[in-house]
Amino acid sequence: MARKLPRKDVVIIGLGWTGSILANELTDEGLDVIAIERGPWRDAPTDFPPNYAQDELRYHIRHELFLRPEQNTFTFRNKMDQTALPIRKWGAFMPPNGVGGGGVHWNAETWRFLPSDFVLRTHLTERYGASFLPDDMTIQDWGVTYDDLEPHYDQFEYLCGTSGAAGNLRGAIQAGGNPFEGPRSRPYPNPPQKQGFGHTLWGKAAQELGYKPFPQPSGNMSQAYTNPLGLHLGPCTYCGFCEWFGCGNYSKASPQTTILPVLIRKSNFSARDNCEVMHINLDRSGKHATGVTFVDTSNVEWEQPADLVILAAFSVFNVQMLLNSNIGKPYDPVANSGVVGRNFTHQAMSSVDGFFDKDKFNFNPFIASGAIGMCIDEFNGDNFDHGPLGFVGGGYLGQVQTNGRPIQSAIVPPGTPKWGAQWKRAVADNYLSTLVGGSIHSSFYSYRDVYLDRDPTYKDRFGRPMMRMTIDFHDNELKAANYLTDKYAEIVHAMGAHQIHKKPRKGPYDITTYQTTHLNGGAVMGVDPKTSVVNRYLQSWDVPNVFVMGASAFPQNAGYNPTGTVCALAYWSADAIRNQYLKNPRPLVDA
Amino acid sequence: MEAIADRIIPPDAETPGGKDAGCAVFVDRQLAGPYGQRDGHYNSPPFMNGTKQQGEQGEASPAQQYRKSLDALDRHCRSKFSGKAFAELVDSDKDSVLHGLESGDVSLDGADGKAFFKLALKNIQAGFFADPLYGGNRDLVAWKMIGFPGARYNYLDWIDRHNERFPLPPVGVTGRIDWTPKG
Repeated sequence: MARKLPRKDVVIIGLGWTGSILANELTDEGLDVIAIERGPWRDAPTDFPPNYAQDELRYHIRHELFLRPEQNTFTFRNKMDQTALPIRKWGAFMPPNGVGGGGVHWNAETWRFLPSDFVLRTHLTERYGASFLPDDMTIQDWGVTYDDLEPHYDQFEYLCGTSGAAGNLRGAIQAGGNPFEGPRSRPYPNPPQKQGFGHTLWGKAAQELGYKPFPQPSGNMSQAYTNPLGLHLGPCTYCGFCEWFGCGNYSKASPQTTILPVLIRKSNFSARDNCEVMHINLDRSGKHATGVTFVDTSNVEWEQPADLVILAAFSVFNVQMLLNSNIGKPYDPVANSGVVGRNFTHQAMSSVDGFFDKDKFNFNPFIASGAIGMCIDEFNGDNFDHGPLGFVGGGYLGQVQTNGRPIQSAIVPPGTPKWGAQWKRAVADNYLSTLVGGSIHSSFYSYRDVYLDRDPTYKDRFGRPMMRMTIDFHDNELKAANYLTDKYAEIVHAMGAHQIHKKPRKGPYDITTYQTTHLNGGAVMGVDPKTSVVNRYLQSWDVPNVFVMGASAFPQNAGYNPTGTVCALAYWSADAIRNQYLKNPRPLVDA
Repeated sequence: MEAIADRIIPPDAETPGGKDAGCAVFVDRQLAGPYGQRDGHYNSPPFMNGTKQQGEQGEASPAQQYRKSLDALDRHCRSKFSGKAFAELVDSDKDSVLHGLESGDVSLDGADGKAFFKLALKNIQAGFFADPLYGGNRDLVAWKMIGFPGARYNYLDWIDRHNERFPLPPVGVTGRIDWTPKG
């Protein structure tokens, strides 16, 4: 029997980016808020000091900061007729754990999605006709528009001190920025970061080919910055240990550097770390949440009653929590009914390696930041005519090499032996003059047979069914991968590479090779409860005092990194809670 | 292990091989620690064979795989090379055995030789390039060889200096070679 704690106004499940944002907004409203976090507490100065954080083996290869699969993992299969097997160690993505969540160890690429991304089905149908889309593609409009989110993108970028060059300022296209972006109300809070040799050379080559390159929007500071909460960030030192690592230099936007020092000093905020929420509790009607039940490290079960529940875990765990709490109807791909688990997607990353003459090129690849680099957006979303190409979607192309950490990035030209004297010589000859893994960050649209449900065999450590991922690439994504990879290779060729290795994403989807940690969907937002789990304010259609944050709300993935949009949605939802819901708690949209 | 490491990464005039770089020490320490036991991985049954895309599903930990495979490798060599263990073979024979494991042409009794080779290759090369803290990359030899300056955290003065060789020597988490007195 769970021990009962005193009631709170709000309980937040997960203290990553969205949990921190919601906690700060709702404590500002005067509410008494508690956050419950599965992983450990983490602080910038004590947990990631710059005297030992630069350790590739510990943090990257051995996954120091991530969730342990023994704590919770998923099962995986490509097709519905296969038996799903557990992911025993992480590969294709790296689920975060602990205070700060993925915000601790992200690269801090801080993108906005395109205006057309939010009305995707309407837009593509109008331009190409409904029959242009594959039958089993289940993309849909978000129910929220770019214009709705613009003030909240702005809010997040100013929180983070994002470094970048505006491309569209209130409708006026700006030289040096991304001309395809939606109109922004103000410039970025900080100028772009500086670029290394390889990034600069790629930008020049792209420009010569007629593209409009721009610096990647970066949550690594280009200069010292004080955010609207009064927190200070320091200039990024380009150490090349960003993604997979925490930043003890206060140079990377994270909950630790931009929100938590203010939040934890508020008397109406508290948090419990190392506590895992088992389920959201509902009253007898099944339509009203009464709080959550969680388990502490001594396996003691506690009940935390609350008036409002904010589900702010990592995307797949949001879906798992909803299913374990009987909130929303589970998706059934055969009957094509239900919603929880539907429209699950990931990313379709491709890349190109470029090998250059070592006597002429020295890239110093170790001098970099997480979100450094030059990009082009000509082949993203619907920025180009898909009519003759036979696919939809795309992604940004960028020379965004973040590091020269040698276990992962000391690569050799194709055709070189994998070991022995020739391999050793090739590593020594190529390390400084190779561009590794140029990024083709392509979208992954949603399909009827790509989804999440509960595994019939494997259980987590509490005996709850694991989430089962059924996921594979469809022809649409593979065609896009080939097309974009060829375009990228042309740029590397124009830079003067003497050998180019094209690596377009190929099927079947493979759980062992890292792509990104951008797992999306499963609890998607929308305008119709038959095809969405939450309404346009991220409020559950079924249990209106539950709001579900995060990329689980994305009806399909776009060709960008998701964090900017995840956090803009969090501010948008917080605004609706503060200005509409609290005055009169109710469903904010009529079903 | 030292004999294998020295063929994966042979010594040359400028840079020591896997043995003198400490790669076998690295592997030994990794296998004795959390990595060798698969700490934190999902190790619960049922164990079933799946597709390549579903990743490793075996019951054996890396430490168990090494123990079985090294033993089987020596047995294989003794039967093929008139009683000699792997470490006693001439370099060309060592290489042909390793190539055979890599391709699957050499099969080991009671162990998956191909999987073992893949694992050993990954671990030895990781040890060569990891921080010397872990026993490999001794005296930062691998980082010197490629020009990686190591665990530095400030290149503000260098981000603008394009196409110039970075001049400072590598440094590890525990310091630089010349900071440690010899003897």
